[in-house]
Amino acid sequence: MSLTTPLTRNVRDDRRPTDMAAYEANGGYQGLRAALAQSPEDCLQVLKDSNLRGRGGAGFPTGMKWSFVPMGDKCSPGHKYLICNADEMEPGTFKDRLLLECDPHQLIEGMIVSAYTLQADVAYIFIRAEYHQATRLLQEAIAACHEKGYLGQDILGTGYQLEMHVHSSAGRYICGEETALISSLEGKRANPRAKPPFPQVSGLWGRPTIVNNVETLCNVHHIIERGAEWFKSLGLTEDAGTKLYGVSGRVKNPGCWELPMGTPVRQIIEEYAGGMEDGYNLKGFLPGGGSTDFLTEEHLDLAMDYDTIGKAGSRMGTGTMIILDDKTCPVGFVKNLVAFFARESCGFCTPCRDGLPWSAQVLDDIQNGRGQEEDMDTLARQVKFIGAIGNTHCALAPGAMEPLQSAMKYFPEAFENHLSGNCPHCNGGTH
Amino acid sequence: MPTIRIDGVEYEMEAGKNLLESCLSLGLDLPYFCWHPAMGSVGACRQCAVVQYLTDEDEQSGRGRIVMGCMTPVTDGAIFSLDGDRAKGFRESVVESLMLNHPHDCPVCAEGGECHLQDMTVMVGHRDRVYRGQKNTHRNQYLGPLINHEMNRCITCYRCTRYYKDYAGGTDLAALASHDHVYFGRHQEGVLESEFAGNLVEVCPTGVFTDKTLVNDYTRKWDLQSAPSVCTGCAVGCNTVPGERYGRLKRVHNRFNAEVNGYFLCDRGRFGANFVNNDERLESPGLRNQTGSYDPVDHHHALQVMAEACSGARVAGIGSPRASVEANYLLRNLVGEDNFSPGFNDGEHKLVNLALELQQASSAVTPDIRSIESADVILILGEDLTNTAPRLALALRQSVRNKAFEMAADLRLESWQDAAVRNLAQDQLSPLFIAATGSTRLADVAEENITLAPQNIARLGAAVAASISGHAGEDLEPEIAGHVEAISTALRAAKRPLIISGTSCGNAEVMQTAADVAEALCQSGQQTMLTLTVPEANSLGQAMLAGPDSPSLGKLAADGNFDVLVILENDLYHRAPEPEVERLLATADTVIVLDGLDNRTTSAASLVLPAASFAETEGTLVSLEGRAQRHYPVFAPKGERRPAWVWLLACSKELGLSTAADLHHFDDITRDCAANIADLAGITGAAPDHHFRNAGVKIPRQPHRYSGRTAMRADISVHEPKQPVDEESPLAFTMEGLNRSQPGSLLPFVWAPGWNSNQSLHRFQSEVGGPLRGGTAGMRLLGPGQAKESGPRENPPAFSPTQGQWQLVPRYRIFGSEELSALSVGVAELCEDGYIEIRADDALGLEVGEGDGLNLNDGLATLEVKINNSIAAGCIGYAAGHSGTANLTPGENISLQKAQGWKRRRPQLIGSDRSTEIGSGND
Repeated sequence: MSLTTPLTRNVRDDRRPTDMAAYEANGGYQGLRAALAQSPEDCLQVLKDSNLRGRGGAGFPTGMKWSFVPMGDKCSPGHKYLICNADEMEPGTFKDRLLLECDPHQLIEGMIVSAYTLQADVAYIFIRAEYHQATRLLQEAIAACHEKGYLGQDILGTGYQLEMHVHSSAGRYICGEETALISSLEGKRANPRAKPPFPQVSGLWGRPTIVNNVETLCNVHHIIERGAEWFKSLGLTEDAGTKLYGVSGRVKNPGCWELPMGTPVRQIIEEYAGGMEDGYNLKGFLPGGGSTDFLTEEHLDLAMDYDTIGKAGSRMGTGTMIILDDKTCPVGFVKNLVAFFARESCGFCTPCRDGLPWSAQVLDDIQNGRGQEEDMDTLARQVKFIGAIGNTHCALAPGAMEPLQSAMKYFPEAFENHLSGNCPHCNGGTH
Repeated sequence: MPTIRIDGVEYEMEAGKNLLESCLSLGLDLPYFCWHPAMGSVGACRQCAVVQYLTDEDEQSGRGRIVMGCMTPVTDGAIFSLDGDRAKGFRESVVESLMLNHPHDCPVCAEGGECHLQDMTVMVGHRDRVYRGQKNTHRNQYLGPLINHEMNRCITCYRCTRYYKDYAGGTDLAALASHDHVYFGRHQEGVLESEFAGNLVEVCPTGVFTDKTLVNDYTRKWDLQSAPSVCTGCAVGCNTVPGERYGRLKRVHNRFNAEVNGYFLCDRGRFGANFVNNDERLESPGLRNQTGSYDPVDHHHALQVMAEACSGARVAGIGSPRASVEANYLLRNLVGEDNFSPGFNDGEHKLVNLALELQQASSAVTPDIRSIESADVILILGEDLTNTAPRLALALRQSVRNKAFEMAADLRLESWQDAAVRNLAQDQLSPLFIAATGSTRLADVAEENITLAPQNIARLGAAVAASISGHAGEDLEPEIAGHVEAISTALRAAKRPLIISGTSCGNAEVMQTAADVAEALCQSGQQTMLTLTVPEANSLGQAMLAGPDSPSLGKLAADGNFDVLVILENDLYHRAPEPEVERLLATADTVIVLDGLDNRTTSAASLVLPAASFAETEGTLVSLEGRAQRHYPVFAPKGERRPAWVWLLACSKELGLSTAADLHHFDDITRDCAANIADLAGITGAAPDHHFRNAGVKIPRQPHRYSGRTAMRADISVHEPKQPVDEESPLAFTMEGLNRSQPGSLLPFVWAPGWNSNQSLHRFQSEVGGPLRGGTAGMRLLGPGQAKESGPRENPPAFSPTQGQWQLVPRYRIFGSEELSALSVGVAELCEDGYIEIRADDALGLEVGEGDGLNLNDGLATLEVKINNSIAAGCIGYAAGHSGTANLTPGENISLQKAQGWKRRRPQLIGSDRSTEIGSGND
């Protein structure tokens, strides 16, 4: 029987990390050997054929992203960088943590194969500071790879060389934005950069750079080893492979599972998360983290893939849902999110820096009984002002507006209840 | 040229520009904050948003997307909407957001009335405040005596740090904290370190950084009377706009000149001009009486005394490199060519004349500052430019970025994409090599910093020149030999090489070899630039006027063949060793001094005539690039003060000199000088004469909004005095007239409807960042010269230190090395007393430490010790131009002894102590 859960095959029930011996015993570093036996161009072609899409939230096709990196003679002499984005800070998201803590070698093998495909000679793992256990595991795993000849000057005698470093982030949500991550890695303020130029041509230290999410990179060596067709066969819909789906909120069994891409929402919530806790009903859910639009009961039968969720007016994002139940006030729920994003703004562009705190302030007023009728107009105006890609310097603020705008659309009564002092959840509208 | 459509109107635009600058060049009002013409785009403020449509159908159906004008290249066929509701609504929301935390303290803000934030707020139409929350507030910092900090006004446009760090290379101002708590300030309170910090005042679009000297002597900016002027702080010749109210010079702003200072000044230029208000200014003519004190006399009497003294006597004149061409020319005519000294000390005389001669004889081009910014390989021999010709140093910080622009061009990245270009190039710079007597302030951007004694800097230059010409070099000292290859290789590979040297290290060979390097590059077919700095605002003009054969101060003292000495704006005690000055003054029976400020030389005079400052008179100055530029009186001189040229012309007429018979107006002197002095033939082209009219009318010194003219003297008399009449220039001391499209030399201020701040400048430019519509101010007097035939020059002898002797090398400070700026409020606080810079090992041998005193040559001078290990071995540096150093001569070998009984000065206060002492934020 072929492998159907490649990403979590080494995840043990007790969640203890898989070491080098166990990893190799279960077929580890075979993907690396398979990659090194091919040319980088062939590896890239396999990846393109596989239809792997970025698992960090945007779902951009990975092969296409990599094809913009100048190769061979087209690249000016100097370093090329591969960066793993392990700065997992999206509210409600904990999928990368599972991969990092349970199977660090999988990420490293994926990164070596990716770096080889891109002919990068330096790789960084930019990891969230709070993931200190994963940081230690990765450092140990890198040392083990050097001993085995998987990293260093002459990898497995092929002449290919790669250095890999773990960089522990100072802890800002915005560092998850790839260009802000690069700025931070350079020791600068973690401000995002305008694109173009894209990191593929001018990234870290001005050199060609690829930044990918942990889960994306963990797929790469599996694809190279087993082929594009195998990978595509794993998904239920157009989008290929498997996906780590997570559910948090008032469900019976919150958690994270590797499932075929395109598994219906209802199946994830009811089958894997065990359905709602007793006495609670589902009111809505954020499909892929704090910066995605609410969906509601009517969307439960949709397939969780990028295009389907996108067409429904939200984004699959990280694939880790947050459930809003019928006993929680949507206004407070959204206020917490907007306040989080306001705090995490880098402060570079006006709509985000000054608009988000204002939105948070208005929501706080509404939640605490200080709201006024015209506040809804203000919020609607703010959503329009801040909430479109291109209005702001990066995608943080538009993301922050997604739960707000969809809450205003799906739960208008929640705001009205607060304004009239009749919120059933919040002591009659005031806390 | 790409054609684009904006709100249905088609425009042809220049390719390679962004939409914002293109719109502004067309005169369309598109508001902005973070973009700056000299600093490019980053897209932070989102104020210049427009709607872009991809197709005609999109435009009709309104399906476009918001884009930032500053980040959007102009491409053929592009369709935009500036005036549509969506674009306008977005821009209004931006200002609304910026205003959430702004304190609305316009009535007490020093920026008020000249505030870009006010203008943009009005422009977008934002009026009603909806936000009900609290405002964020910040603590302000003490940033020194020149710049005031009021963070609450900040709109977080990032211009300040982009200017201060990225453009000017400062390290002590940063964006701190994040989200809506971003704070622009220092890591702790203290004086801003950059020599160019003052530009923050003009770069900041609101009142966060304001001119503290103006704040402390405040007047509303629309009440300032201004005139086009030229900075007298050094020889660069930056164009300035000083502003006056109530007879006081209130502030100096930048006056745009595309070829010279562009948008920026140095802090000596900006803050070093209010010596004009100094209490030591002379009020009326003074005649020395029997007791040795002075009796004030009126100007008629004074002139009579002067004319009587000069009549029939042997008169010698000492001019001044800080006085105008015209005043010097009149003095020269008054005393006769042979009796006229340009007023240089002996060393300066030789060096300034050599600088002129080398440039006239060089095949290399003497570049303007804009050309300097285009240089891709630079060699500096013997100059610490940041302290001797500061604006050039700021230009060089842009030159070294040419490598970055080349890299960007390879990626087809527009040069105005500021953040992207910087991120791409990171710390890669075009090569800059500096050989100096000690470390310099450009060291951080130099590929190699080489510390040598002046003689060895010359040997390095000679070796580089020989290497470029393919001559075999002789055996060189290892400290020199190691650098020759890298420098000559880089220079040979350069497209636009630039060689810089000058008079400041006091060694003629250094300049000579710099010119040799330039010549060698020219011979090998490279387009080469050669810049030689000179000390003062009119040093070069003075050399052109008087020539190398005129007597220096020392020669005049030695000859001593005169009864009367007329000294023009020149404090000899500041310029030459005291014994020489005493000898010179003792030679004459009568000493007549024309100057603005009381000093030791005026105190030695029999007759003192109070001269108008640069801000109260017209004059032509010739800058180090040979640019003749005119400055105009900002306000009429008070009381008995007269411009020096008026005193001298009146005296000449009183004496019935034939040379003065046809001179009536200032322009007549300029014309006469141009006709008689070949090198100065071009000075009439520096500015139009007084007959010029702008569309039939004069050009006002006062903006339309100037207020209170009828009331400002009402406490004295309710009769409004007649405004002074300016018969010498096309400018008028009124609000009436036309300030538009006139020649660049006649631009007294910038203002346009809706644009009350200095950002209105673009309305006076042919295009954003381009030259002024009426033409660039100034007339270049130096063309590319013809190289004289000369064989390989003999290598200058090497420097060899002698035991117990040190060679004096001058070291400069932006604040303190220049005489008059050091007397300005604020700057004076930052000037130190004279000092000696000595290596730690030398100090150890002499048993002195930092703060001790050192005797030079048994009483030549006694100065405080500063330890500086970058000083070339065998040399000691001294603070040139500072008090107590006038007796020191560059290149002199001296002995040193520990000064006995030396009292250490009070240790300097740290900034935070100072702020409690002085108080801050008091506007």
